Amino acid sequence: MKIREIAEIAGAEVLACEDLVDHEVHSACGSDMMSDVLAFVKEQGLLITGLVNTQVIRTAEMMDMRAVLFVRSKRPTPEILELAKRAEIVVMATPMRMFEACGLIYESGLKGTGLK
Amino acid sequence: MTAPLRFHYDIDGENFTSAGEASVKVKKSLRQLGFPQEVIRRVAIAMYEGEINMVIHAEGGWAEVTVYPDRIEIVLCDRGPGIKDVELAMQAGYSTAPEQIRSLGFGAGMGLPNMKANSDTMVIDTKIGVGTTITMTVNVG
Ligand SMILES: Nc1ncnc2c1ncn2[C@@H]1O[C@H](COP(=O)(O)OP(=O)(O)O)[C@@H](O)[C@H]1O
Ligand SMILES: [Mg+2]
Repeated sequence: MKIREIAEIAGAEVLACEDLVDHEVHSACGSDMMSDVLAFVKEQGLLITGLVNTQVIRTAEMMDMRAVLFVRSKRPTPEILELAKRAEIVVMATPMRMFEACGLIYESGLKGTGLK
Repeated sequence: MTAPLRFHYDIDGENFTSAGEASVKVKKSLRQLGFPQEVIRRVAIAMYEGEINMVIHAEGGWAEVTVYPDRIEIVLCDRGPGIKDVELAMQAGYSTAPEQIRSLGFGAGMGLPNMKANSDTMVIDTKIGVGTTITMTVNVG
């Protein structure tokens, strides 16, 4: 699924790397614990999170993820957006809650990453 | 034979925001050197968790990454409080991190086990009141 479609489904605004929204992602995970993402996620894709700090972008970068979706209207700081640009990670933000955003995106065909 | 490539980084223990910068740099360097993505990811994850630990549990320190033809070696050295019970610390879910660290997305007790899972060898040399040195290697191919 294209990142652009994910933004549409989640009613999200694209805040960084808009030029990369035609990239495909094949799986997603939702978590506020970055060490869980680092330990249990295996394939690149999308990170959906309610946590907003620079380590979210670094975690996504370590995992070769292409996009981060911030839920509950959390606004990333300019520093976070700058980091994302440098890492070529698309940043999106939606007013939806985690459960709602994950549910809609899952229903549209994007699946989880499974266990390692 | 040429000397192996070596990278040195200082890890600022005062700054959670910058934690992980060294791992990002290592990741970029390894990519430029043409290592397989899976090797790069294992190095990056193992080093990143180690770097985070140096910032949240110790007072920072330094990291040194050496690139050999057949393996990458990562040394993380801090002058923090040391680890009292290494066997316990290695257990998934064990953490002494305060709630405030969990609200930053870490402190789930998954760091050390994940460093072990992503490396081929891992040695923890630690002494209470002196510090901790963790040496990991990731084999290439
Ligand atoms: N560099 C370090 N210096 C001192 N203690 C450490 C260090 N790294 C890890 N520890 C101890 O080991 C525990 C487990 O580490 P880890 O598995 O990374 O989990 P977490 O960092 O989430 O607490 C920590 O809670 C801490 O007590
Ligand atoms: Mg840790």
